[in-house]
Amino acid sequence: MLRPDLALIARNVTPGARVLDVGCGDGALMAALRDQRNVDARGLEIDPVNVASAVGRGLSVVQGDADTDLHYYGEGSFDYAILSQTLQTTRRPDRVVEELMRIGSQAFVSFPNFAHWRGRLSLAFGGRMPVTRLLPDTWYDTLNIHHLTIDDFRALVKDRGWSIDGQWFLNGVKETTHTNANLFAQHAVFLLRR
Amino acid sequence: MATVPASSDSRFGLARQVRLSGPLRLDSGAILTPVDIAYETYGTLNVDRSNAILLCHALTGDQYVASQHPLTGKPGWWWRMVGEGKPVDPSRHFIVCANVLGSCMGSSGPASVDPTRDEPYAMRFPVITIGDMVRAQALLLDHLGVDRLRAVIGGSMGGMQALTWPTIFPERVESTVVIASTARHSAQNIAFHEVGRQAIMADPRWRGGDYYADGDVPSAGLAVARMAAHITYLSEAGLTEKFGRRLQARPDSPGGQKTFGFDADFQVESYLRHQGLSFVERFDANSYLYITRAMDYYDIAEDHEGSLARAFAKTKARFCVVSFDTDWLYPTAESRVIVHALNASGAQASFVELASPFGHDAFLLEAPELNRVVDGFLRAGEQR
Repeated sequence: MLRPDLALIARNVTPGARVLDVGCGDGALMAALRDQRNVDARGLEIDPVNVASAVGRGLSVVQGDADTDLHYYGEGSFDYAILSQTLQTTRRPDRVVEELMRIGSQAFVSFPNFAHWRGRLSLAFGGRMPVTRLLPDTWYDTLNIHHLTIDDFRALVKDRGWSIDGQWFLNGVKETTHTNANLFAQHAVFLLRR
Repeated sequence: MATVPASSDSRFGLARQVRLSGPLRLDSGAILTPVDIAYETYGTLNVDRSNAILLCHALTGDQYVASQHPLTGKPGWWWRMVGEGKPVDPSRHFIVCANVLGSCMGSSGPASVDPTRDEPYAMRFPVITIGDMVRAQALLLDHLGVDRLRAVIGGSMGGMQALTWPTIFPERVESTVVIASTARHSAQNIAFHEVGRQAIMADPRWRGGDYYADGDVPSAGLAVARMAAHITYLSEAGLTEKFGRRLQARPDSPGGQKTFGFDADFQVESYLRHQGLSFVERFDANSYLYITRAMDYYDIAEDHEGSLARAFAKTKARFCVVSFDTDWLYPTAESRVIVHALNASGAQASFVELASPFGHDAFLLEAPELNRVVDGFLRAGEQR
């Protein structure tokens, strides 16, 4: 079973497209895109064990760091650049998204929404950084170094003058309404265009 | 096209040697003819000739990739990678491994007889390059009736050949595996090689390379060259773990002792001396000079107006690049240079840095992750 945000992205990629999956993990999305939608998928992944798994399943994956290695990819060299659940782990998320927009004609970006009401309650009344199913780590051992909300991301998109071709919101495995997504969605997927 | 080779075809099998007229035009401008190539094949070339894999050996390697070595009696140098149920599998691949040009296990090199003089070439053998080695391999594949390679695979200098193949023959290679290697020899690489060459040439028995007639070979110089090079194949941590500062056992002192002299007191000294001595039993000093020179001249970008990406512009081959974290001879940064050029050229590229305590030699040793990566990479090409 593909993670819900990945399944959502897979459904919305045009068959036969060229895709760069930044932070591709063990290549689950790439394999699904290759097998179900005849996509020419390439991946970038920081963890060597994940890379070995992905290459072992026949995928073209390069070990590297989204923060430093994206500039080696040519401008407009992919139809889609995908960044799923990785944005909040980068040192400069804005620059990473800029690179995605340069490399891909369109870019999918998915991230956990830190403004979900559970997190807000936890912080407002518990006075502690939220630890939830989606954000299971404590503040000191989390890989998520740049927490963001859906409204934060929209503000970045507006500031850079990009346009939103699609947006989807998830609560657990289910898609949820756009209304008050910043409060009620655990997870967001955006499709951007320059 | 010729008929499908039967098992009785004398071109195929273990310990083969062929004399090809060539002529082979070398990068230096010299012409080499005839061209002798010693090689082995494993498995069977399939009907549509689509299952051929070329394996390329390293500096002191040879064609005995998966069969017992005739001089040392040891198993083939890459038995962990090649064999039934291994990533490179004779039950589904037709596998070719040839002794490189310039070497001394049956392919043309300085120890071969120069037909114009009826005596060994010695230092009259033309200086060769990695590209020349690749073109000689292509001559052999022509002879074997192999037009396209499903894969060309190599580690270290073998990786240099594997990476060079699609730049010279972009149409003949479907995929390339480059392990613990580089796209060019660095100043440090050249420096270590120069130490080895000077050790050989400083041996009074080297005599300008003309030592074949009386068989009194420059073994002391060659052994020192091997000892110096061998250090670069291991990691500091690996050496420490294997030997530390432990002393060599002696008949009168099982735990060893300092002799306050210059015997091999330390185990690491004894080990290196053994490496040097056993190497000279199986390798020609002049070949060592020629092959290290070929590696030093190696710089793929230099042949393509300084752009490594341009070198790969014409090929549709898939690439798999693997480095090891403790390899300081061809460190991961060198592999990243290759990968960035492949990305820039739009090639299908995979790259992974694997963890190993063994340094550069890791690709020849137990490395399950390496096998998993190579196996998956090759199978992906076979599904299409």
